[in-house]
Amino acid sequence: MTSGTEAPAIGLTHMGSEDTGLGNRGPQSKSIVVPYGFWLFVLSDMVLFSALFATYASLVHATDGGPVASQLFDRTTVAIETLALLVSSFICGIAVIAAKRRNMFWTQTALFLTGFFGFVFLVLELTEFGHMISIGAPPQRSAFLSSFFTLVGCHGAHVTCGLLWLGTMMAQIWAKGFQQHIMRRLLCFSIFWHALDIIWVAIFTIVYLIGTLP
Amino acid sequence: MTELEAPEHGNVPPGAPHDSMLSETVSYVVGLGLALLLTGVSFWVASTSSLWGPGVATGLVVLAIAQMGVHLVFFLHITSGPDNTNNVLALAFGVLIVFLVMIGTIWIMGHMNANMGVNPQMMNLQTQRG
Repeated sequence: MTSGTEAPAIGLTHMGSEDTGLGNRGPQSKSIVVPYGFWLFVLSDMVLFSALFATYASLVHATDGGPVASQLFDRTTVAIETLALLVSSFICGIAVIAAKRRNMFWTQTALFLTGFFGFVFLVLELTEFGHMISIGAPPQRSAFLSSFFTLVGCHGAHVTCGLLWLGTMMAQIWAKGFQQHIMRRLLCFSIFWHALDIIWVAIFTIVYLIGTLP
Repeated sequence: MTELEAPEHGNVPPGAPHDSMLSETVSYVVGLGLALLLTGVSFWVASTSSLWGPGVATGLVVLAIAQMGVHLVFFLHITSGPDNTNNVLALAFGVLIVFLVMIGTIWIMGHMNANMGVNPQMMNLQTQRG
């Protein structure tokens, strides 16, 4: 920034010790730019969820004489879902560590376990949805239930997409090895998966715990 | 130099692995431990009757924000270091928008619901169908 002999920035390397990382030495490498761009997407996804949270908070008492939150939610199920997603997120981090060391066995094992616990979460959530619909609490029953299914269902849809992405990543790592562009995709996937767990923290707190307080 | 060895560029993306396998594994294990602890405390706080009732919801929100911080630091490796400036600035902007949307909506909708009840039968949100 203070350098007086600023040559044309484009294409210059940016290895200097004075580099602040603020873009004064030309573009960063793809391994920085791509996950950063994905980070921006994840943050915008959180903005989307914030709108759904705001909707839910506005409509949580609009039950139209139908079932209310404390009658519908089972904290034990939610605790197991929370645990499954947290463990899944943790193992996803382990997978990235193994992938950086080019260890195919542990990468694939950790990714499989990531997907397994994600799948457990999804099955529990869909079972809960099915149970709610069967006891007369479908989305069309009240504004509260519409906003509930939109918020939690949107998170579940993200997890479903994440599982499809995860399967694709396992196949790509298996077929193409630990190439740079594959590693970039894996890192983006891990950012996505960790972010979903962060959103779930907000969901289990606001919807399931605060919603069922006596 | 492989592309993933990011720190030499003076910038790292979120979630990028550390250089040392031990330190990054420890980071995830510590993060998992703290997250489990905070989750456990959240469920305990919500279930116990030994705490002051009106404060429980606020306490749960604080615990949730703490746990999100744990996830950001230990799983996504968002730090205060100079190589993380861009990540932190983007996060700060995201958090600003999230809080504006949520608090603004809850504030405005709460007041509208309270102040516009001319005819409770017509205006009360309770009577609206989804």
